[in-house]
Amino acid sequence: MRINQERCVACGNCTYVCPMEAIYIDPVKKRATINRDECVECYACYNGLSQEHLNPTMVRTIRSIFKAMRVRFEPEPDVCPTACFEPDKLEWPRVVRRAFSDPRVPHESTGVEGRGTEEVKTNDVSGRVQVGEVGFTIEFGRPGVGVRFHEIQKMSQALARAGVSFEKKNPITSLMTDIATGTIREDIMNEKVMSAILEIKVPVERTEEVIRMVWRIEKEISTVVALGVGTRCDENGEDTVVAPILERLGYKLERAKTNIGLGRVSIVQPQAGSREVVHA
Amino acid sequence: MTNTLHRFGDAESFRDDYVVFAIASKGKNDQDSLPKLRRFLQIATEYKPVNLGDARHGGALRPSREMNPLSHWQRDMKPDFDAVIAGLDHPTTCAAVFDDRVKAEDFVKRIKEEDLGLSVNISTSIDGAEQCCHYAGIPRHSVGYSLGFEGHTEKLPNDRVMMLSTMCGHGMVSHQLARKMIDWVKEGRRTPAEAVTYMTRFCSCGVFNPARARRILEGAITSNEIARDFDNRSQAPDQPEDQANNKR
Repeated sequence: MRINQERCVACGNCTYVCPMEAIYIDPVKKRATINRDECVECYACYNGLSQEHLNPTMVRTIRSIFKAMRVRFEPEPDVCPTACFEPDKLEWPRVVRRAFSDPRVPHESTGVEGRGTEEVKTNDVSGRVQVGEVGFTIEFGRPGVGVRFHEIQKMSQALARAGVSFEKKNPITSLMTDIATGTIREDIMNEKVMSAILEIKVPVERTEEVIRMVWRIEKEISTVVALGVGTRCDENGEDTVVAPILERLGYKLERAKTNIGLGRVSIVQPQAGSREVVHA
Repeated sequence: MTNTLHRFGDAESFRDDYVVFAIASKGKNDQDSLPKLRRFLQIATEYKPVNLGDARHGGALRPSREMNPLSHWQRDMKPDFDAVIAGLDHPTTCAAVFDDRVKAEDFVKRIKEEDLGLSVNISTSIDGAEQCCHYAGIPRHSVGYSLGFEGHTEKLPNDRVMMLSTMCGHGMVSHQLARKMIDWVKEGRRTPAEAVTYMTRFCSCGVFNPARARRILEGAITSNEIARDFDNRSQAPDQPEDQANNKR
């Protein structure tokens, strides 16, 4: 993203709406400026701010007069008065930032917007997580925090060493040069994104082991981790297997995403796909 | 997209937060899913949602690309559900947000009867979703639990900011904007209803819950907490086992 310095009037609205707090008013130039290293190309500024198309000179003059009179003009906080945000043409590897941070851009690897994962949201048609299996979503980074791929790799390599298999249809998996070792391609290692999700699946017996591994690795990386644990319910719609394990580990289960099983497969595949191997 | 899974708060705080969304799976049932998704949204409007949206175009309150200066004093604060339905042009995740369990239950029951063949999920408290399923006579198929936030949670802001900003799980509602809105409401510079509309416009898939956000902002008026995040950061424990959200 780029801010047109001719048009910016330094109103400061964008400094608040940037999820990564990467925009500031340069005290010398008196213009909004983007910290390129912290910007994750999420486009919240460009897509989220309403745009006026006022004359910058006029706005600066009015603001100067108000400032001299110690009068605070209080515009709407979600408006860029001069429409000064201009998207950059992103090249590799920087384009990875946008792929993981702008929720309106579908991931090429999965065709899904957002972080590109389906988890158990479509489990009723995908059958991805079966009875006796547990699907984990390990999400790294949050607004204001973010994550770089070298931090994600610490977790992916630890999981790979433990023989855990990664979801094939996952944006991070698609960026691995070696899925067997959890190694992510070198040229994106220092790219920063708002958040990214590793997806794995293990037999239910390994639930505690995986969680304890996540606890250990998350101490070694400098970001926030959000864990999601998905499971298939029994024929009565109950989960009497995974929830007790999580509660025994000290989690208080408050919120969940519940797939109510109304989906149906309507596209017949030419060949039945082989099921993903779950390492025991 | 775990955009609704990790909303911050305890089960009680989700009493007015029911996100019901429909999604087609690529290569499984996405063919001809567009009219079904549109039907899902149309039905939702009959049950008085507080927001409606799709993952490509956003929710029922959107930013304007051509704003008139005079509109500062006459901003559109009403959600436009018809625009969401008319704008759906590609199969994607479609969501309806309800602020009342009964509305959500009735909607889920109706969607079951419609038999659209799409995957439908309810994102709310575990009990809330179970009650919806029970009312509709549907056994839960799968469940994805949120275990909350771990790791370096000292980098996160205070609870009220988290409750507001995590209602856009993609992070488009920044911590800074949520803090600013809390401050403005406390200072009387904007009403909670006005402040909510600013945040709602940033959510890019329409799952932000303006009713819950308004309740959270109204609660901030008389609270003695500081909207800035120094409180949480300075008190953050060292051991991950004790960290935020009290989930562990």
